[in-house]
Amino acid sequence: MALHFEVVPGSRQPIYLQIEAHIRQAVASGRLQPGDQLPSVRVLAEQLTVNPNTVARAYNELLGEGLVDSHPGRGVFIASRRQTLAREERERRLDEAIRRFLNETAFLDIALPEILRRLETLASEYTNTNRKP
Amino acid sequence: MSTYVIETEGLTRTFGKHCAVHDLNLRVPKGCIFGFLGRNGAGKSTTIRMVLGLVKPTRGVARVLGRDSSALQPEDRARIGYLPEGHHVYGWMTVEECGRFQASFYPRWNPDIFHAVLSHFRLDRKNKAGNLSRGQRAGLCLALVLAPEPEVLILDDPALGLDPVARRSLIQSMLYVTRRSDRTILFSSHLLSDVERVADEIAVLDRGVLRASCRLETFRRRVRQFTFRYQGDGPPLPPLPGLLQSFRTEGELSLTLANLDAETEAALRALKVEAFEEVPLSLEDAFISYVGERGEKSFFTRDLEGAKS
Repeated sequence: MALHFEVVPGSRQPIYLQIEAHIRQAVASGRLQPGDQLPSVRVLAEQLTVNPNTVARAYNELLGEGLVDSHPGRGVFIASRRQTLAREERERRLDEAIRRFLNETAFLDIALPEILRRLETLASEYTNTNRKP
Repeated sequence: MSTYVIETEGLTRTFGKHCAVHDLNLRVPKGCIFGFLGRNGAGKSTTIRMVLGLVKPTRGVARVLGRDSSALQPEDRARIGYLPEGHHVYGWMTVEECGRFQASFYPRWNPDIFHAVLSHFRLDRKNKAGNLSRGQRAGLCLALVLAPEPEVLILDDPALGLDPVARRSLIQSMLYVTRRSDRTILFSSHLLSDVERVADEIAVLDRGVLRASCRLETFRRRVRQFTFRYQGDGPPLPPLPGLLQSFRTEGELSLTLANLDAETEAALRALKVEAFEEVPLSLEDAFISYVGERGEKSFFTRDLEGAKS
Protein backbone atom coordinates (compact mmCIF):
# COMPACT_ATOMS: atom_id res chain seq x y z
CA MET A 1 0.00 0.00 0.00
CA ALA A 2 1.69 3.18 -1.14
CA LEU A 3 1.05 6.49 0.52
CA HIS A 4 1.79 9.52 -1.55
CA PHE A 5 2.70 12.54 0.44
CA GLU A 6 5.64 14.65 1.50
CA VAL A 7 6.60 15.97 4.89
CA VAL A 8 7.68 19.54 5.37
CA PRO A 9 10.49 19.93 7.88
CA GLY A 10 10.88 23.40 9.32
CA SER A 11 7.15 23.81 9.77
CA ARG A 12 5.35 24.45 13.03
CA GLN A 13 4.03 20.91 12.98
CA PRO A 14 6.57 18.22 13.94
CA ILE A 15 7.17 15.60 11.24
CA TYR A 16 5.59 12.73 13.20
CA LEU A 17 2.37 14.75 13.53
CA GLN A 18 2.39 15.46 9.81
CA ILE A 19 2.61 11.72 9.11
CA GLU A 20 -0.21 11.03 11.56
CA ALA A 21 -2.34 13.75 9.98
CA HIS A 22 -1.85 12.35 6.48
CA ILE A 23 -2.86 8.86 7.47
CA ARG A 24 -5.81 10.09 9.51
CA GLN A 25 -6.98 12.17 6.57
CA ALA A 26 -6.60 9.23 4.17
CA VAL A 27 -8.74 7.12 6.48
CA ALA A 28 -11.33 9.84 6.98
CA SER A 29 -11.71 10.38 3.24
CA GLY A 30 -11.90 6.65 2.53
CA ARG A 31 -8.68 6.48 0.52
CA LEU A 32 -7.46 4.02 3.13
CA GLN A 33 -9.98 1.35 4.14
CA PRO A 34 -10.01 -1.00 7.10
CA GLY A 35 -7.67 -3.89 6.37
CA ASP A 36 -5.39 -1.85 4.10
CA GLN A 37 -1.75 -2.34 4.90
CA LEU A 38 0.52 0.61 5.64
CA PRO A 39 4.07 0.65 4.32
CA SER A 40 6.64 -0.65 6.77
CA VAL A 41 8.37 1.89 8.99
CA ARG A 42 11.58 1.44 7.02
CA VAL A 43 9.94 1.88 3.63
CA LEU A 44 7.98 4.99 4.60
CA ALA A 45 11.05 6.48 6.31
CA GLU A 46 13.03 5.98 3.11
CA GLN A 47 10.26 7.39 0.96
CA LEU A 48 10.00 10.52 3.12
CA THR A 49 13.74 10.73 3.88
CA VAL A 50 13.21 10.90 7.61
CA ASN A 51 14.49 9.05 10.63
CA PRO A 52 12.66 5.68 10.95
CA ASN A 53 12.04 6.43 14.62
CA THR A 54 9.90 9.39 13.54
CA VAL A 55 7.68 7.11 11.44
CA ALA A 56 7.59 4.55 14.23
CA ARG A 57 6.45 7.24 16.62
CA ALA A 58 3.60 8.26 14.31
CA TYR A 59 2.53 4.61 13.92
CA ASN A 60 2.64 4.12 17.67
CA GLU A 61 0.40 7.10 18.28
CA LEU A 62 -2.10 5.79 15.73
CA LEU A 63 -1.86 2.36 17.31
CA GLY A 64 -2.63 3.90 20.69
CA GLU A 65 -5.71 5.57 19.26
CA GLY A 66 -6.88 2.32 17.70
CA LEU A 67 -6.77 3.72 14.17
CA VAL A 68 -4.33 1.01 13.09
CA ASP A 69 -3.57 -2.54 14.21
CA SER A 70 -0.15 -4.10 14.32
CA HIS A 71 0.28 -7.76 13.49
CA PRO A 72 3.86 -8.68 14.41
CA GLY A 73 5.64 -10.18 11.44
CA ARG A 74 2.92 -9.12 9.01
CA GLY A 75 2.79 -5.37 9.33
CA VAL A 76 0.55 -2.47 10.24
CA PHE A 77 -3.03 -2.31 9.00
CA ILE A 78 -5.89 0.16 9.12
CA ALA A 79 -8.17 -1.01 11.90
CA SER A 80 -11.87 -1.51 11.54
CA ARG A 81 -13.50 1.51 13.10
CA ARG A 82 -14.00 1.49 16.77
CA GLN A 83 -13.78 4.22 19.29
CA THR A 84 -11.08 3.98 21.92
CA LEU A 85 -11.05 7.57 23.10
CA ALA A 86 -13.19 8.66 26.02
CA ARG A 87 -16.13 10.89 25.23
CA GLU A 88 -14.49 13.86 26.97
CA GLU A 89 -11.30 13.50 25.00
CA ARG A 90 -13.25 13.28 21.76
CA GLU A 91 -15.13 16.45 22.64
CA ARG A 92 -11.91 18.20 23.54
CA ARG A 93 -10.38 17.29 20.18
CA LEU A 94 -13.50 18.32 18.36
CA ASP A 95 -13.43 21.75 20.00
CA GLU A 96 -9.76 22.08 19.18
CA ALA A 97 -10.38 21.26 15.51
CA ILE A 98 -13.34 23.65 15.37
CA ARG A 99 -11.23 26.44 16.83
CA ARG A 100 -8.55 25.87 14.22
CA PHE A 101 -11.23 25.93 11.56
CA LEU A 102 -12.75 29.14 12.91
CA ASN A 103 -9.35 30.83 13.13
CA GLU A 104 -8.77 30.14 9.46
CA THR A 105 -12.20 31.14 8.24
CA ALA A 106 -13.10 34.11 10.44
CA PHE A 107 -11.66 36.70 8.07
CA LEU A 108 -13.61 35.42 5.06
CA ASP A 109 -16.77 37.21 6.16
CA ILE A 110 -19.08 34.36 5.32
CA ALA A 111 -22.12 34.01 7.55
CA LEU A 112 -22.39 31.00 9.81
CA PRO A 113 -25.50 29.45 8.14
CA GLU A 114 -23.67 29.30 4.84
CA ILE A 115 -20.59 27.83 6.50
CA LEU A 116 -22.74 25.15 8.08
CA ARG A 117 -24.42 24.36 4.78
CA ARG A 118 -21.07 23.94 3.06
CA LEU A 119 -19.78 21.88 5.95
CA GLU A 120 -22.63 19.42 5.45
CA THR A 121 -22.05 19.23 1.71
CA LEU A 122 -18.35 18.54 2.09
CA ALA A 123 -18.86 16.12 4.96
CA SER A 124 -21.04 13.94 2.74
CA GLU A 125 -17.98 13.38 0.53
CA TYR A 126 -16.25 11.62 3.40
CA THR A 127 -17.50 8.13 2.75
CA ASN A 128 -15.83 6.30 5.55
CA THR A 129 -17.57 8.04 8.40
CA ASN A 130 -20.09 6.34 10.59
CA ARG A 131 -21.63 9.56 11.75
CA LYS A 132 -25.33 9.34 12.18
CA PRO A 133 -27.39 11.73 10.08
CA MET B 1 30.64 -1.67 28.76
CA SER B 2 29.04 1.73 28.46
CA THR B 3 26.08 2.14 26.11
CA TYR B 4 27.40 5.60 25.28
CA VAL B 5 29.59 5.66 22.23
CA ILE B 6 30.81 9.17 22.95
CA GLU B 7 31.03 10.52 26.46
CA THR B 8 32.60 13.62 27.95
CA GLU B 9 32.97 14.60 31.58
CA GLY B 10 33.75 18.17 32.60
CA LEU B 11 35.39 18.66 29.22
CA THR B 12 36.95 22.13 29.10
CA ARG B 13 39.25 23.91 26.71
CA THR B 14 40.58 27.41 26.94
CA PHE B 15 42.60 29.29 24.33
CA GLY B 16 44.41 32.02 26.24
CA LYS B 17 41.72 33.84 28.19
CA HIS B 18 38.94 32.59 25.95
CA CYS B 19 37.04 29.56 27.20
CA ALA B 20 35.97 27.69 24.04
CA VAL B 21 34.31 24.78 25.80
CA HIS B 22 33.24 24.89 29.41
CA ASP B 23 32.59 21.88 31.63
CA LEU B 24 30.86 19.84 28.97
CA ASN B 25 29.05 16.63 29.89
CA LEU B 26 27.86 15.02 26.70
CA ARG B 27 26.54 11.51 26.13
CA VAL B 28 25.83 10.03 22.74
CA PRO B 29 24.00 6.68 22.95
CA LYS B 30 24.78 3.83 20.60
CA GLY B 31 22.66 3.66 17.45
CA CYS B 32 21.66 7.30 17.69
CA ILE B 33 21.79 10.10 15.14
CA PHE B 34 22.90 12.98 17.29
CA GLY B 35 22.64 16.58 16.07
CA PHE B 36 25.17 18.96 17.57
CA LEU B 37 23.78 22.48 17.35
CA GLY B 38 25.11 25.89 18.18
CA ARG B 39 25.95 29.16 16.56
CA ASN B 40 29.28 29.77 14.85
CA GLY B 41 32.02 29.86 17.45
CA ALA B 42 29.93 28.01 20.05
CA GLY B 43 32.68 25.41 20.48
CA LYS B 44 31.30 22.54 18.40
CA SER B 45 34.43 21.90 16.33
CA THR B 46 36.71 22.22 19.35
CA THR B 47 34.56 19.66 21.17
CA ILE B 48 34.67 17.31 18.19
CA ARG B 49 38.45 17.66 17.96
CA MET B 50 38.82 16.88 21.66
CA VAL B 51 36.59 13.84 21.28
CA LEU B 52 38.89 12.64 18.49
CA GLY B 53 42.03 13.33 20.52
CA LEU B 54 43.18 16.03 18.09
CA VAL B 55 43.00 18.82 20.66
CA LYS B 56 44.09 18.32 24.24
CA PRO B 57 41.47 19.30 26.83
CA THR B 58 42.47 21.88 29.41
CA ARG B 59 40.41 19.90 31.92
CA GLY B 60 38.08 16.95 31.87
CA VAL B 61 37.96 13.84 29.78
CA ALA B 62 36.42 12.58 26.54
CA ARG B 63 35.87 8.95 25.59
CA VAL B 64 35.00 7.31 22.29
CA LEU B 65 33.95 3.65 22.15
CA GLY B 66 34.91 3.41 25.82
CA ARG B 67 38.48 4.55 25.18
CA ASP B 68 40.02 7.77 26.50
CA SER B 69 40.33 10.13 23.53
CA SER B 70 43.92 11.00 24.44
CA ALA B 71 44.90 7.32 24.17
CA LEU B 72 43.23 6.29 20.91
CA GLN B 73 45.19 3.61 19.05
CA PRO B 74 45.18 3.09 15.27
CA GLU B 75 42.79 0.14 15.71
CA ASP B 76 40.38 2.43 17.61
CA ARG B 77 40.65 5.09 14.93
CA ALA B 78 39.84 2.50 12.27
CA ARG B 79 36.40 2.20 13.91
CA ILE B 80 35.82 5.97 13.85
CA GLY B 81 34.97 7.97 10.75
CA TYR B 82 35.67 11.69 10.84
CA LEU B 83 34.59 14.19 8.23
CA PRO B 84 36.28 17.49 9.07
CA GLU B 85 34.71 20.80 8.24
CA GLY B 86 35.30 22.03 4.70
CA HIS B 87 35.56 18.80 2.65
CA HIS B 88 39.31 18.86 2.01
CA VAL B 89 40.68 16.63 -0.74
CA TYR B 90 44.06 16.14 -2.40
CA GLY B 91 43.39 17.94 -5.64
CA TRP B 92 46.11 16.26 -7.73
CA MET B 93 44.65 12.77 -7.22
CA THR B 94 41.79 11.31 -9.20
CA VAL B 95 38.68 10.20 -7.34
CA GLU B 96 39.77 6.59 -7.72
CA GLU B 97 43.27 7.36 -6.40
CA CYS B 98 41.80 9.14 -3.37
CA GLY B 99 39.95 5.91 -2.62
CA ARG B 100 43.03 3.72 -2.98
CA PHE B 101 45.11 6.08 -0.86
CA GLN B 102 42.50 6.15 1.92
CA ALA B 103 41.96 2.37 1.71
CA SER B 104 45.63 1.73 2.45
CA PHE B 105 45.14 3.11 5.98
CA TYR B 106 42.21 0.87 6.90
CA PRO B 107 42.13 -2.84 7.64
CA ARG B 108 38.50 -2.88 6.57
CA TRP B 109 37.52 -1.19 3.33
CA ASN B 110 34.29 -1.84 1.47
CA PRO B 111 34.74 -0.86 -2.20
CA ASP B 112 31.01 -1.44 -2.83
CA ILE B 113 30.13 1.30 -0.37
CA PHE B 114 32.81 3.58 -1.79
CA HIS B 115 31.45 3.20 -5.31
CA ALA B 116 27.80 3.32 -4.24
CA VAL B 117 28.33 6.71 -2.58
CA LEU B 118 30.28 7.95 -5.61
CA SER B 119 27.46 7.02 -7.97
CA HIS B 120 24.89 8.46 -5.54
CA PHE B 121 26.68 11.79 -5.94
CA ARG B 122 27.23 11.13 -9.68
CA LEU B 123 31.01 11.19 -9.48
CA ASP B 124 33.33 10.06 -12.23
CA ARG B 125 36.19 8.00 -10.80
CA LYS B 126 38.65 9.32 -13.36
CA ASN B 127 37.99 12.95 -12.47
CA LYS B 128 40.67 14.92 -10.68
CA ALA B 129 39.55 15.69 -7.13
CA GLY B 130 40.72 19.27 -7.62
CA ASN B 131 38.19 19.80 -10.41
CA LEU B 132 35.13 18.69 -8.42
CA SER B 133 32.33 21.01 -7.40
CA ARG B 134 31.71 21.60 -3.73
CA GLY B 135 28.85 19.09 -3.65
CA GLN B 136 30.91 16.47 -5.50
CA ARG B 137 33.82 17.02 -3.14
CA ALA B 138 31.46 16.46 -0.23
CA GLY B 139 30.34 13.24 -1.91
CA LEU B 140 33.93 12.07 -2.33
CA CYS B 141 34.74 12.87 1.30
CA LEU B 142 31.64 11.02 2.42
CA ALA B 143 32.55 7.99 0.29
CA LEU B 144 36.04 8.03 1.81
CA VAL B 145 34.72 8.19 5.35
CA LEU B 146 31.95 5.59 4.87
CA ALA B 147 33.89 2.90 3.00
CA PRO B 148 35.76 1.66 6.11
CA GLU B 149 32.31 1.05 7.68
CA PRO B 150 33.05 2.98 10.86
CA GLU B 151 31.02 2.26 13.96
CA VAL B 152 31.04 5.92 14.92
CA LEU B 153 30.70 8.63 12.36
CA ILE B 154 31.58 12.20 13.31
CA LEU B 155 30.61 14.79 10.71
CA ASP B 156 31.62 18.39 11.30
CA ASP B 157 29.11 20.57 9.44
CA PRO B 158 28.84 18.16 6.50
CA ALA B 159 26.07 20.14 4.78
CA LEU B 160 28.00 23.41 4.65
CA GLY B 161 27.86 24.88 1.17
CA LEU B 162 25.90 22.01 -0.40
CA ASP B 163 23.04 22.49 -2.83
CA PRO B 164 19.64 20.96 -1.92
CA VAL B 165 20.19 17.83 -4.02
CA ALA B 166 23.59 17.09 -2.48
CA ARG B 167 22.14 17.76 0.97
CA ARG B 168 19.39 15.25 0.34
CA SER B 169 22.00 12.69 -0.76
CA LEU B 170 23.94 13.39 2.42
CA ILE B 171 20.85 12.80 4.57
CA GLN B 172 20.03 9.61 2.72
CA SER B 173 23.57 8.38 3.32
CA MET B 174 23.26 9.15 7.04
CA LEU B 175 19.98 7.25 7.27
CA TYR B 176 21.48 4.39 5.28
CA VAL B 177 24.42 4.05 7.65
CA THR B 178 22.21 3.88 10.72
CA ARG B 179 20.07 1.09 9.26
CA ARG B 180 22.46 -0.97 11.33
CA SER B 181 21.50 -0.36 14.93
CA ASP B 182 25.11 -0.50 16.14
CA ARG B 183 26.11 2.52 14.05
CA THR B 184 26.18 5.97 15.60
CA ILE B 185 26.41 9.41 14.02
CA LEU B 186 27.33 12.70 15.64
CA PHE B 187 26.96 15.63 13.27
CA SER B 188 26.98 19.38 13.60
CA SER B 189 24.77 21.53 11.42
CA HIS B 190 23.05 24.87 11.07
CA LEU B 191 20.37 23.48 8.78
CA LEU B 192 17.63 22.76 11.22
CA SER B 193 15.22 21.32 8.68
CA ASP B 194 17.85 18.66 7.92
CA VAL B 195 18.39 18.10 11.62
CA GLU B 196 14.65 17.66 12.03
CA ARG B 197 14.59 14.98 9.33
CA VAL B 198 17.31 12.80 10.79
CA ALA B 199 18.22 13.52 14.40
CA ASP B 200 17.04 11.40 17.31
CA GLU B 201 18.72 13.61 19.86
CA ILE B 202 20.22 17.06 19.86
CA ALA B 203 22.64 19.00 22.00
CA VAL B 204 22.71 22.78 22.01
CA LEU B 205 26.03 24.43 22.71
CA ASP B 206 25.98 28.14 23.46
CA ARG B 207 29.30 29.98 23.87
CA GLY B 208 31.04 26.85 25.09
CA VAL B 209 28.26 25.86 27.50
CA LEU B 210 25.87 22.96 26.98
CA ARG B 211 22.37 24.42 27.24
CA ALA B 212 20.33 21.39 26.22
CA SER B 213 20.86 17.74 25.46
CA CYS B 214 17.73 15.71 24.88
CA ARG B 215 15.50 14.13 22.29
CA LEU B 216 14.60 16.47 19.47
CA GLU B 217 10.89 16.35 20.32
CA THR B 218 11.59 17.06 23.97
CA PHE B 219 13.39 20.23 22.99
CA ARG B 220 10.45 21.29 20.85
CA ARG B 221 8.00 20.62 23.64
CA ARG B 222 10.01 22.65 26.12
CA VAL B 223 10.26 25.85 24.15
CA ARG B 224 6.76 27.31 23.93
CA GLN B 225 5.24 30.52 22.70
CA PHE B 226 2.02 32.19 23.84
CA THR B 227 0.23 35.26 22.57
CA PHE B 228 -2.28 37.40 24.43
CA ARG B 229 -4.65 40.01 23.12
CA TYR B 230 -6.06 42.61 25.43
CA GLN B 231 -7.48 46.13 25.70
CA GLY B 232 -5.47 48.93 27.25
CA ASP B 233 -2.25 48.34 29.11
CA GLY B 234 -2.52 44.63 29.42
CA PRO B 235 -2.63 42.43 32.49
CA PRO B 236 0.08 42.33 35.16
CA LEU B 237 2.23 39.29 34.45
CA PRO B 238 3.20 36.68 37.02
CA PRO B 239 6.92 36.04 37.58
CA LEU B 240 8.16 34.17 34.51
CA PRO B 241 11.11 31.87 35.08
CA GLY B 242 12.58 30.64 31.82
CA LEU B 243 11.44 33.66 29.83
CA LEU B 244 13.39 33.72 26.55
CA GLN B 245 11.68 36.50 24.66
CA SER B 246 8.81 38.88 25.09
CA PHE B 247 7.47 40.88 22.24
CA ARG B 248 4.82 43.56 22.68
CA THR B 249 2.80 45.28 20.02
CA GLU B 250 -0.32 47.33 20.55
CA GLY B 251 -2.88 45.21 22.35
CA GLU B 252 -0.83 42.08 21.93
CA LEU B 253 1.93 40.37 23.85
CA SER B 254 3.91 37.36 22.78
CA LEU B 255 6.01 35.36 25.24
CA THR B 256 8.50 32.60 24.52
CA LEU B 257 9.42 30.46 27.49
CA ALA B 258 11.66 27.49 28.19
CA ASN B 259 10.73 24.71 30.62
CA LEU B 260 7.44 26.26 31.61
CA ASP B 261 6.20 24.74 34.86
CA ALA B 262 2.57 23.89 35.49
CA GLU B 263 2.16 26.62 38.11
CA THR B 264 3.35 29.42 35.80
CA GLU B 265 1.28 28.05 32.93
CA ALA B 266 -1.82 28.05 35.12
CA ALA B 267 -1.07 31.65 36.16
CA LEU B 268 -0.78 32.67 32.51
CA ARG B 269 -4.00 30.94 31.55
CA ALA B 270 -5.79 32.66 34.41
CA LEU B 271 -4.91 36.16 33.15
CA LYS B 272 -7.90 38.28 32.28
CA VAL B 273 -7.36 38.86 28.57
CA GLU B 274 -9.46 38.80 25.42
CA ALA B 275 -7.61 35.98 23.77
CA PHE B 276 -4.93 33.58 24.87
CA GLU B 277 -3.34 31.23 22.43
CA GLU B 278 -0.38 28.89 22.30
CA VAL B 279 1.47 29.25 19.02
CA PRO B 280 3.43 26.18 17.95
CA LEU B 281 7.04 26.95 17.06
CA SER B 282 9.12 25.50 14.28
CA LEU B 283 12.37 23.90 15.38
CA GLU B 284 14.26 26.82 13.91
CA ASP B 285 12.19 29.43 15.76
CA ALA B 286 12.54 27.45 18.97
CA PHE B 287 16.30 27.28 18.49
CA ILE B 288 16.61 30.98 17.72
CA SER B 289 14.55 31.91 20.77
CA TYR B 290 16.66 29.59 22.85
CA VAL B 291 20.14 30.79 21.89
CA GLY B 292 19.44 34.18 20.34
CA GLU B 293 20.27 36.96 22.73
CA ARG B 294 17.53 39.31 23.67
CA GLY B 295 20.07 42.13 23.81
CA GLU B 296 21.09 41.43 20.26
CA LYS B 297 17.54 41.68 19.00
CA SER B 298 17.06 45.13 20.47
CA PHE B 299 20.53 46.22 19.39
CA PHE B 300 19.31 47.23 15.98
CA THR B 301 16.53 49.46 17.23
CA ARG B 302 18.72 51.00 19.88
CA ASP B 303 21.28 51.83 17.24
CA LEU B 304 18.71 53.56 15.07
CA GLU B 305 17.38 55.54 17.99
CA GLY B 306 20.91 56.62 18.83
CA ALA B 307 21.41 57.85 15.28
CA LYS B 308 18.25 59.96 15.41
CA SER B 309 19.08 61.92 18.52
